Amino acid sequence: MTTFQPKSVVILGALSGVARYIADGFAREGFAVALAGRDLEEMELLAADLRERHEVTCCCLKFDALDIDSHASFVQETTEALGALPGGVVACFGYMADQTEAQRDFALIRKTLDTNLTGAISILERFAAAFEERQSGFMAALSSVAGDRGRKANYFYGAAKAGLSAYLQGLRNRLHASGVKVTTIKPGFMDTPMTYGMDLPGALVAAPQSAAQAMTRAILKGKNVVYVPFFWRYIMWIIRSIPEWQFKKMSI
Amino acid sequence: MTLPTAQTPIAGWGRYNPVVCSCVRPERSNALAAFLETNGEPLVARGLGRSYGDASVNQEGLVVDFTRMNRIRAFDPETGVLECEGGVSLADILTVFVPRGFFLPVTPGTKYVTVAGAIANDVHGKNHHCDGSFAQFVDSIELWTPARGVLTCSPTENADIFWATAGGVGLTGVILTARLRLLSIDSAYVRVDYQRCANLDATLDAMAASDQYYRYSVAWVDCLAQNASLGRSVLMRGNHTLANTLPESKASTPYRLPRRPGLTIPVDFPGCVLNHYSVKAFNTLFYAKNRDARDVVVDYDKYFYPLDGIHQWNRMYGRKGFIQYQATFPLESREGLVKLLERLAGSGRASFLAVLKCFGAASPGLLSHPMPGYTLTLDIPNGLGLTAFVASLDRLLLEYGGRLYLAKDALARPEAIEAMYPNLKTFREIRAKLDPNRLLASNLSRRLRLDG
Ligand SMILES: Cc1cc2nc3c(=O)[nH]c(=O)nc-3n(C[C@H](O)[C@H](O)[C@H](O)COP(=O)(O)OP(=O)(O)OC[C@H]3O[C@@H](n4cnc5c(N)ncnc54)[C@H](O)[C@@H]3O)c2cc1C
Ligand SMILES: NC(=O)c1ccc[n+]([C@@H]2O[C@H](COP(=O)([O-])OP(=O)(O)OC[C@H]3O[C@@H](n4cnc5c(N)ncnc54)[C@H](OP(=O)(O)O)[C@@H]3O)[C@@H](O)[C@H]2O)c1
Repeated sequence: MTTFQPKSVVILGALSGVARYIADGFAREGFAVALAGRDLEEMELLAADLRERHEVTCCCLKFDALDIDSHASFVQETTEALGALPGGVVACFGYMADQTEAQRDFALIRKTLDTNLTGAISILERFAAAFEERQSGFMAALSSVAGDRGRKANYFYGAAKAGLSAYLQGLRNRLHASGVKVTTIKPGFMDTPMTYGMDLPGALVAAPQSAAQAMTRAILKGKNVVYVPFFWRYIMWIIRSIPEWQFKKMSI
Repeated sequence: MTLPTAQTPIAGWGRYNPVVCSCVRPERSNALAAFLETNGEPLVARGLGRSYGDASVNQEGLVVDFTRMNRIRAFDPETGVLECEGGVSLADILTVFVPRGFFLPVTPGTKYVTVAGAIANDVHGKNHHCDGSFAQFVDSIELWTPARGVLTCSPTENADIFWATAGGVGLTGVILTARLRLLSIDSAYVRVDYQRCANLDATLDAMAASDQYYRYSVAWVDCLAQNASLGRSVLMRGNHTLANTLPESKASTPYRLPRRPGLTIPVDFPGCVLNHYSVKAFNTLFYAKNRDARDVVVDYDKYFYPLDGIHQWNRMYGRKGFIQYQATFPLESREGLVKLLERLAGSGRASFLAVLKCFGAASPGLLSHPMPGYTLTLDIPNGLGLTAFVASLDRLLLEYGGRLYLAKDALARPEAIEAMYPNLKTFREIRAKLDPNRLLASNLSRRLRLDG
């Protein structure tokens, strides 16, 4: 495992179904955790939980991915709350609109792109600059296997996540020289509020607890790209290798 | 506010008679509160689904999956009082607090149950004869009720509602949070004495003679043995161990458990794997293999949760599932227990080992199951004639003044439960005031007409 200094992390979108267990994983490793999201009251409950379970420092910060203007001061706020520039940042927030509704309503498409892509790039760039200057740190974001190939079932979301994956690729390339690690996480289906009630193939749906464990491990190891669970790498390899003339006729 | 619903086939742990239910799964307390305030459909809360029957199944309305409401609120190491949300699992509590020197005051035979589920069935453990049941270690709960909103209930505040909720199978309200008194321990180990008993009398006499020296006592009974060997068993009784009496290898890390790989039953076994012969062979081997032994140091996981090491072991019974039968006879009805064992042994309905325990004093919980007496618990696979067979066991149980356990029940008739639980009338009165529009309901409550 890579050792990161200081031993602290910011979790953006900390109340996401999987993020709370990622935060738990870091706290278990002894990291001080800053939870960031839109619902302070609810985050305080999670913070209390992490403190009781792992006896670590934990604080909560207001963060909205769509409020780009606020991002300029966010790194500073985090630094004040934790007492030092955090060791790393994990972006977990995300938004997936219903595809057919979005086809009828551009506002939903825009929100999809603004949250998953523009919002993520905006805040991650701020941390990238700070970490690059410090010459250390780790950055990770939850992209999606949906970004590996556009499908009619959710290609707005897929487009946003494909953009996010490409962004992280470039960022990794840029930050390599400064020793900052960038991890792209591509989850398959996870059993969280985002998918609750959807008709998904049960055997392929991961519990957020175990998915989070794999993610935390990958981040701490400084991995580049990780599929969670691992077998999605092979599923996506197959899906990507279907020729376009055939893929366009399919419903998957 | 509404919550997204999922249509999910669910059943109890016995996987007997699964039905599709509309489920919601809140993850946030503010969303849960808003949902409960505005919801108009009958609902029942569900924990980890370890009740064997239909206690947390609701076909007509909603099932509120509580497993993501699982945050710890506070812990006071001075008093050992833990405050947590209802969906926190006992497994979680052990993981967090055993290393700090605390254990569950009462634990069922699996750690994969929620705190709220444990209260709603007022569960008992191997220490019932000296400590009583789970709710007796609950200082207070926050209970959402349809008519009166969120109430703090404890043995001193809203005491009637508290004791209706303990064992009240989710029908008095939704348990949001609980304050639970943990037990201080010196190590993660239990010192166990194993003793073989040749028949039922030997088992019960040994319990009567020396249960008082053990905090934990349980017997595994070979319920296929007949005649002179009827009720032969292996008694497993123990106490928490002091760290300074542990073998050297463990004494320096008294709260650490040995690592153990988990095993999973990945698919349903074909129905024929567990038949009369294979089970009989297993039971015979189990009895023959066990030797009397004293002072065996066993870690808590192995002593309390032998089945938890095999994930989804309930699939061993195949697709049709099974039921669990738990019958408690009053102390003076030893004869009833004998008859029950005879009927089971003679029926050829394969069951693994049965568990026998002597209960102590009853809890004030109106529908709490334990009462002074003997309780026998066993699995019965689903098969032809199951309902009639179980009905005949129920009649026997009633005849001897015994009772069934709602956490296990899947087949009983309303009249039987009414006769077994004399406090049901009081329970109904309290319930009617808390829930006049019948917004709390489950398949169990309808099947057993718990509403009257
Ligand atoms: C292997 C095994 C061994 C067992 N051993 C024992 C034992 O030794 N002793 C014993 O007593 N029991 C035992 N049980 C039964 C088990 O302990 C109980 O059924 C327990 O109540 C299950 O809890 P759960 O979280 O799975 O809840 P569920 O089974 O899902 O629900 C149980 C009840 O709790 C209610 N409930 C759940 N959450 C809430 C909430 N938030 N608010 C209000 N009501 C709620 C439900 O409505 C339901 O009535 C065993 C079960 C298994 C599978
Ligand atoms: N679940 C899956 O199957 C799956 C698969 C692949 C990838 N992913 C990705 O994994 C990540 C976590 O998803 P999840 O499944 O845990 O989803 P989730 O439970 O629905 O969580 C999404 C989180 O994003 C937050 N969020 C949305 N918009 C935001 C904004 N503008 N500012 C700040 N926070 C915002 C939400 O916070 P609020 O409470 O404030 O709304 C919520 O906590 C997401 O990026 C998702 O795209 C999920």
